[in-house]
Amino acid sequence: MIKAILIFNNHGKPRLIRFYQYFAEDMQQQIIRETFHLVSKRDDNVCNFLEGGSLIGGSDYKLIYRHYATLYFVFCVDSSESELGILDLIQVFVETLDKCFENVCELDLIFHMDKVHYILQEVVMGGMVLETNMNEIVAQVEVQNRMEKSEGGLSAAPARAVSAVKNMNLPEMPRNINIGDINIKVPSLSPF
Amino acid sequence: MSDVVEKTLTALPSLLSLDSQPGSTKLSSTSKLGTLIRGITELTSKHEEEKLIQRELVSIKEQVSSPNTSMRQMKELMVRAIYCEMLGYEASFSYIHAIKLAQQGTALEKRVGYLAVSLFLNESHELLLLLVNTVLKDLQSTNLIEVCMALTVVSQMFPKDMIPAILPLVEEKLNHPKEIIRRKAVLALYKFYLIAPNQVQHIHNKFRKALCDKDPGVMTASLHIYLQMIEENPEGYKDLAASFVTILKQVVGGKLPMDFNYHSVPAPWLQIQLLRILSLLGKNDPSTSEIMYEVLDESLRRAEINHNITYAILYECVKCIYTIDPKSDLLEKAAKCIGNFVLSPKINLKYLGLKALTYVVQQDPKLALQHQMTIIECLDHPDLIIKRETLEILFRITNAQNVTVIVDKMLEFLRINKDDYTTIDLVGKVAELAEKYAPDNEWFIETMSTVFSVGGDLMQPDIPNSFLKLLSEGFDSVEEDRKLRLFAVDSYVSLLQGEPGKLPQRFLQVISWVLGEYSFLREELEAATVLRLLAKLLDMKNTSSETKSWVLMAMTKLCERGAGVSVAQEVSETYSSSLDTVLRQRAQELQHLSRHSELRARVLPRDAGLEPLEVDSSLSFLDGFVSEALAAGAAPYKPPHQRQEELAQAKALSLEPYGLSLPISMSSCSIADRQSPTLLSISSGLSGESPDLSHKGGSSTLKLDGVKRLWGREGYLAQREPVEESARVEVPSPLRSPSQQGEADSSHSQTPIPTPEPEQEKQQLASSLFVGLSSQSSVCLMGKSEPTPQRFRRKAKSPGSSSSASEKTSNSLVSTPSTVDNLMCNNLLDSNITSELVVSSLEQTSQLSQGLAAANGTCDAELTDSDVKGSSPSLCGDNAVAAADPAPHEDPCKDLLLTSHLPAELSGLSHSEITPLCSNQSLDLSASHVQKEDSLVLVVFIYNSSDSDIQQILLELDSEEIEVSCVCDSAVQEASSHSVAVCQYSLTVKTPSVHVEVVGTVSYQFPAGTPQSLQFSYKLPLTCFIRPLTVSTEEYGTMWLDFSHDTKQNLTLISDGQEPLAATLNVLKKKLQLHVVEIIGMEGIVACRLLQDQPCLMHCRLNAGTLAVWLRSPVPALPDCLMYHCQRALQEH
Repeated sequence: MIKAILIFNNHGKPRLIRFYQYFAEDMQQQIIRETFHLVSKRDDNVCNFLEGGSLIGGSDYKLIYRHYATLYFVFCVDSSESELGILDLIQVFVETLDKCFENVCELDLIFHMDKVHYILQEVVMGGMVLETNMNEIVAQVEVQNRMEKSEGGLSAAPARAVSAVKNMNLPEMPRNINIGDINIKVPSLSPF
Repeated sequence: MSDVVEKTLTALPSLLSLDSQPGSTKLSSTSKLGTLIRGITELTSKHEEEKLIQRELVSIKEQVSSPNTSMRQMKELMVRAIYCEMLGYEASFSYIHAIKLAQQGTALEKRVGYLAVSLFLNESHELLLLLVNTVLKDLQSTNLIEVCMALTVVSQMFPKDMIPAILPLVEEKLNHPKEIIRRKAVLALYKFYLIAPNQVQHIHNKFRKALCDKDPGVMTASLHIYLQMIEENPEGYKDLAASFVTILKQVVGGKLPMDFNYHSVPAPWLQIQLLRILSLLGKNDPSTSEIMYEVLDESLRRAEINHNITYAILYECVKCIYTIDPKSDLLEKAAKCIGNFVLSPKINLKYLGLKALTYVVQQDPKLALQHQMTIIECLDHPDLIIKRETLEILFRITNAQNVTVIVDKMLEFLRINKDDYTTIDLVGKVAELAEKYAPDNEWFIETMSTVFSVGGDLMQPDIPNSFLKLLSEGFDSVEEDRKLRLFAVDSYVSLLQGEPGKLPQRFLQVISWVLGEYSFLREELEAATVLRLLAKLLDMKNTSSETKSWVLMAMTKLCERGAGVSVAQEVSETYSSSLDTVLRQRAQELQHLSRHSELRARVLPRDAGLEPLEVDSSLSFLDGFVSEALAAGAAPYKPPHQRQEELAQAKALSLEPYGLSLPISMSSCSIADRQSPTLLSISSGLSGESPDLSHKGGSSTLKLDGVKRLWGREGYLAQREPVEESARVEVPSPLRSPSQQGEADSSHSQTPIPTPEPEQEKQQLASSLFVGLSSQSSVCLMGKSEPTPQRFRRKAKSPGSSSSASEKTSNSLVSTPSTVDNLMCNNLLDSNITSELVVSSLEQTSQLSQGLAAANGTCDAELTDSDVKGSSPSLCGDNAVAAADPAPHEDPCKDLLLTSHLPAELSGLSHSEITPLCSNQSLDLSASHVQKEDSLVLVVFIYNSSDSDIQQILLELDSEEIEVSCVCDSAVQEASSHSVAVCQYSLTVKTPSVHVEVVGTVSYQFPAGTPQSLQFSYKLPLTCFIRPLTVSTEEYGTMWLDFSHDTKQNLTLISDGQEPLAATLNVLKKKLQLHVVEIIGMEGIVACRLLQDQPCLMHCRLNAGTLAVWLRSPVPALPDCLMYHCQRALQEH
């Protein structure tokens, strides 16, 4: 499970923080500080994994990070996540941001923090990886943006807009997949 | 900072103009937020930022609470509040408005509201309850986006108790036509499974449906759940293995649509998930592993594209192959794969390669041998993480031959390492290796010294503890012991003569203990010299007071005579007026013991560390004292959480913030659950001044090993198994063949020789590191069960010392209580020595009384509690002859006589042994209680031992905790000479407490004489009032939710061969008359009732070797009391 996603800049200023496990406010800030302290010390030619911070979960806790220009993207995960998998997930996330913001830069993250959160929600949900396909993520975000636009014109033609919202459909990718007949017998489950 | 400011300022105008996309709200929001951000970036100090944000928060607060603020403005305000919270400034006033926004806004505003809520609140926040209705509404919305939002927020956090309210709606979403909704619903259910597994028990088949979903995305989501469930219980899902294999086969075979590809690898994350699941399923299961071989082979073969993500898959594949039942050709391929990782120039892959090596090296040590040169290179890698991982491999391949080199490398790393966590971890490993494989005494002591000085005060306290224990317990050979101790003394003396100011406190404590204990071994070393060295430690300004008390203890042991005494006197003079009470205490001891050398020799006999001393951990010997104190009007002890509860009930002003009070009560209820008088907790708080070190801090002669410590600084400590030494392997002595010895020595001596050729150096290092791996590789590995030649082996404990037999020969110390008392009089506070002495002597008496009572008792022992036996005749009245000494001797025939007087209707039932209550020259009172199905009957026998008849015997019973009603026809009795009158009383509990006590007065009159009276008390454990409660699991479920009073604690498990949970519950069932409702896997539910139908429910769960018990009842004190008895029952077992 992903415990937290932290984005901060080269000076340790948080740009987006998202915790999937509860920590008190001051603890969160401490985690951000410690993580920044750990990550910022590292050269670019060392590995992208860090182990054993004392704050989140001890030995079962890894930091996987990527450094892009002025920003650090840090995922705090437990042992049930694959290191390289998460590393590429960060890449997917950043590429998605790039697509949504057209040449994303730190300022986009600052001024559209809410939007970044919405994009992230389509990638990771409640600490679990929800979607790794960039096109799919972008499509979901687009739908929401369309809602935004139509709501922007709400005052002009309320009725039309409302119906537009009502009928709005989520995109369905053509997914003609035949996973074959997975013959799963449902066995009698134990009472508990 | 300035470059960021500059960048921001130059970029801002363009950004703002760029941003003028359609959407009128956006512009204003951006500009206001923009102003804030611009303001912040212009600041130069943290202090200014704080001021600015505080101003901002005030303005936000004003606006959100204004009724004129529209939802649209609110949305913008929320984003600003989120921003402030992200920077670490609390904006709690906005929480409620975030919820309102989610409730009332349009879809777009709702989205901001939900986002804010999910960022601001946590699962247990009380405001979250207000969101439940909104979520419920949105889940039913026709707008799919709203449904998505609701599912997202639910999976982020949701109040546990409210899950049943929305569960049906979320379940329904599993059938939704849109795959994204189904996918989110699956993840929401997973979240429910994580926080409340029982709530979703019934929908496991729906998970299976999700797994079979026609959309691979939904199927992928369901794998999260399966990974979790299989991890918890692999046996339950073996039938799915074939399905997972089929899925993986199709994914690997490219059956998925193209848009699942990532860098032309089909659904890599899905593959990773599946491989993890397969490795869990195939572990230790040849037949399941069998069906995976083919697809694993295929995966290895397919993953050829040189991209990060393929390596991710390969890594999982390799781990899977090494986890499941091995197959040789797959292992070969996997080994090759690991080689590719390790040799890769990419640092991330190298890291993973090393991790994989660490993982497999126990099974396949030759692999480490193959890559030895790479490993050596990695040892000098600039990246500390890589270095650290390399040491981890070396740790696993350590054997007696390469230990010196490997430990050297580890210590080298420790010296440059800055990260606390790694230091703690590595120091522990070095200590473990040193203890296991140390080649000689010198090396061991030196290594441990380095460990102590590098690990400092960070390291786990059990490292110095076990080191000292090892020194004091010794090994098989006395001569070896002596040498080791002697060497330790020598090396510590020279350390102290150097610069002791640089040594960490823990190390100083170890040094002072060792010197105090063993410096006499070095005969030419004068005690006075050591004392002076120790006194020097006291004068250093950074010596902590804990260390000082260790030093004083050591000095107490050393001040024999001559010059030493004067040093000791001087020191004790200085500290006997110290403000620190513990120090003052120690100084007092030092002062007195240094004056009276005879007493000192008796209290602190030299080199007598091995005689075991029994300590009554439940402090039952104090029960008499407690009841006396209670009778004298002391308030009964209440555990802290109960006190707090009562405080809350009394509606007293709580000055603690809400946020604080809850966690405090939660934590305390786990540690302090024993009912006990307040006085006890005071004294134990002092004796436990250094909870982890106390076992040897007190005195060399007291060995508390194997005795559970129940009291610590915070009161009662949760049951914890004494630290087991993993290193205690009983094997013949570590005889190494001469050739091996030579090999090791030569390789050792080779390393330090500087060679011009770096390559050659590495070769040599390699040969010394990997020695022992090639030849008898599998034997040398520290496989857990393999017998390892080990230098420092603990002596096998004599069976007597570990058993908790109560007839323990007492320590020689105890035989001189008078001198000890003298000593005690001088000390107001108890110390380790004195308290332990008191404990032991009291223990003796209580054992004595138990012994006597046991001799008297002839009746059914099952119903009696040892407590009753030991201490019931505790109080006697004013004019009566007090039975101060327990249990006056009676001949057994009298017991029989009394038994025959049991009322006929009770005689068939088992009764407790007949306990004497009180007596004088004319009357003898005894009592017994009988447990009936629905009541408890107290029978009082009044034996007239005088020669004349007594009339008008009036017996009055009273109790605070129980209600007493007379069963017999008239309260007035008479007894003729040498006969017995019997009174019966039925008892019911009013307020539960651990023991209930009945106080009675008997007044009587001889035919010619004045009225006389006699007082007594009778004590019963609460268990007498407990009856099984037969309920079904469903009834139990509904009752459980209704009860408000609860307590939780971890209890020790009983494991005598069979299943520990069942065994433990059986003991409880037998001893406490509980009803075991059902045992399901790791959990069990148990029910009982207090007489008059006051139920108490118990839920147990196996948790990491202990039994996590949760008791619930409608009666306030009942769970606590019952918890106490459960604990006692298990301890006594």
